[in-house]
Amino acid sequence: MKKTIITVVGKDSVGIIAKVCTYLAEIKVNILDISQTITGGYFNMMMIADISEGSRDFSEINDDLTKLGEDIGCVIKIQREEIFDMMHRL
Amino acid sequence: MVNINEVLETNKMIEKENLDVRTITLGISLLDLADNDLDRLNEKIYDRITKTAANLVKTGCDIEKEFGIPIVNKRISVTPIALVGASACKSSEDFVTIAKTLDKAAKEVGVNFIGGYSALVSKGMTKADEYLIRSIPEALASTDMVCSSVNLGSTKTGLDMDAIRLMGSIIRETAELTKENDSIGCAKLVVFCNAPDDNPFMAGAFHGVTEADNVINVGVSGPGVVKKALESIHGEDFEVLCETIKKTAFKITRVGQLVAKEASERLGIPFGIIDLSLAPTPAIGDSIADIFEEMGLERAGAPGTTAALALLNDQVKKGGIMASSYVGGLSGAFIPVSEDQGMIRAVNDGALTLEKLEAMTCVCSVGLDMIAVPGDTSETTLSGIIADEMAIGMINQKTTAVRIIPVSGKKVGDTVEFGGLLGYAPIMPVNRFGCADFINRKGRIPAPIHSFKN
Repeated sequence: MKKTIITVVGKDSVGIIAKVCTYLAEIKVNILDISQTITGGYFNMMMIADISEGSRDFSEINDDLTKLGEDIGCVIKIQREEIFDMMHRL
Repeated sequence: MVNINEVLETNKMIEKENLDVRTITLGISLLDLADNDLDRLNEKIYDRITKTAANLVKTGCDIEKEFGIPIVNKRISVTPIALVGASACKSSEDFVTIAKTLDKAAKEVGVNFIGGYSALVSKGMTKADEYLIRSIPEALASTDMVCSSVNLGSTKTGLDMDAIRLMGSIIRETAELTKENDSIGCAKLVVFCNAPDDNPFMAGAFHGVTEADNVINVGVSGPGVVKKALESIHGEDFEVLCETIKKTAFKITRVGQLVAKEASERLGIPFGIIDLSLAPTPAIGDSIADIFEEMGLERAGAPGTTAALALLNDQVKKGGIMASSYVGGLSGAFIPVSEDQGMIRAVNDGALTLEKLEAMTCVCSVGLDMIAVPGDTSETTLSGIIADEMAIGMINQKTTAVRIIPVSGKKVGDTVEFGGLLGYAPIMPVNRFGCADFINRKGRIPAPIHSFKN
């Protein structure tokens, strides 16, 4: 399993989650967990996703998500989970 | 499993508070390349560096992308060149050819800096050491990436005053030879007492003779993150203040540990150490002086600054030590003037003087760093400033350093612009009373007593 964290930050609007999930489904990335919160009018979403069975590699997914983010007016980032684990878990 | 608040906190540190990994530094031993033939030596040095560091920059960029953490510098440190070139170099000009080789190799592999144009002369200089030291001005003026350092003393050996006297004139000469660029050569030259063998930070990085063939050392940063954390506990007592710094330093250092481990694995080179440092940059919000102001000082340099720095430095170490499996290098808070907006403001407002900075270096990780002084500061005065700083290191069993820039043609009231991470600096006044008769004595200051500590 290759766990990654996908974050989406931007102005709240209809269909953000749908568009990101549709893309991930197309490339066979399994979503393990989703959570979201709205702070200061900004939409924050985090997904934990497993990209090990996906049809595209990390770097390609990164480029695709950056482009998708530009299309829907959000900043989408994909990062490996370890950076968060290291910082917040002993 | 990580939760959304943790993810957002980490990304806020990176995006808004300038959290980054300051440097991945690849240490490369050149000791076994020593040769009588200078051309052959240069060839072997070029090959060794370009082969060993071929993937360094790409690996750094890959890690940056995958974890979403900026890695500002990718650097190389090599064995002190005075040792490597000792049998091949019969003059200072010979040593300059090695500096050019290092520069060429650094450009080929795309790193930001290469350190190790160095000599270790804490007790005395060999002929080769002296050739190298005398070649420093020309070496720094004729290269872009090369950084130079000289270790002038240690707690065990005392201070080599002959070398300290020589460095006063070398610094002046370096300033003169690079005067077209605001004497920037001096920004790439640092002198030490108790220089560490595994420092990843420039200009003082070199690959010590106690090290293995190759090693990955990582320097972390994050003054902006500490400042933001302290804003959230504004006015609380010292216990809360210290705990907050410790926890923040832990988080910052964990990122460095992760990056170091990844880089080590991908390059197949052993992990050496994490340098637990708060290294400021000229960017707004990435300042050590801002932390002092948040702690309650009107400006860096106000009474209380040495205590605040001592507290900060110690808590950063306490928090960082547990976050990394191996800690080394300089480890502590850096207090450069030109690279820190808040320090520059403090100097401009008249709050921070050279003498206060000297006092602060007794309790922080390095020393007088990136300080611009008038171009006509005499060689013996520069040596006197160096001797004072080296004495602090020698007596207190710590590393101290001096990176001072007597900017050619500039005087107090002028400003000098170095650009990039080196920032800009107001020219600071220097005590106008001389020390020539003291500095011009020959010989060494003996090693200090190691008992009766008071």
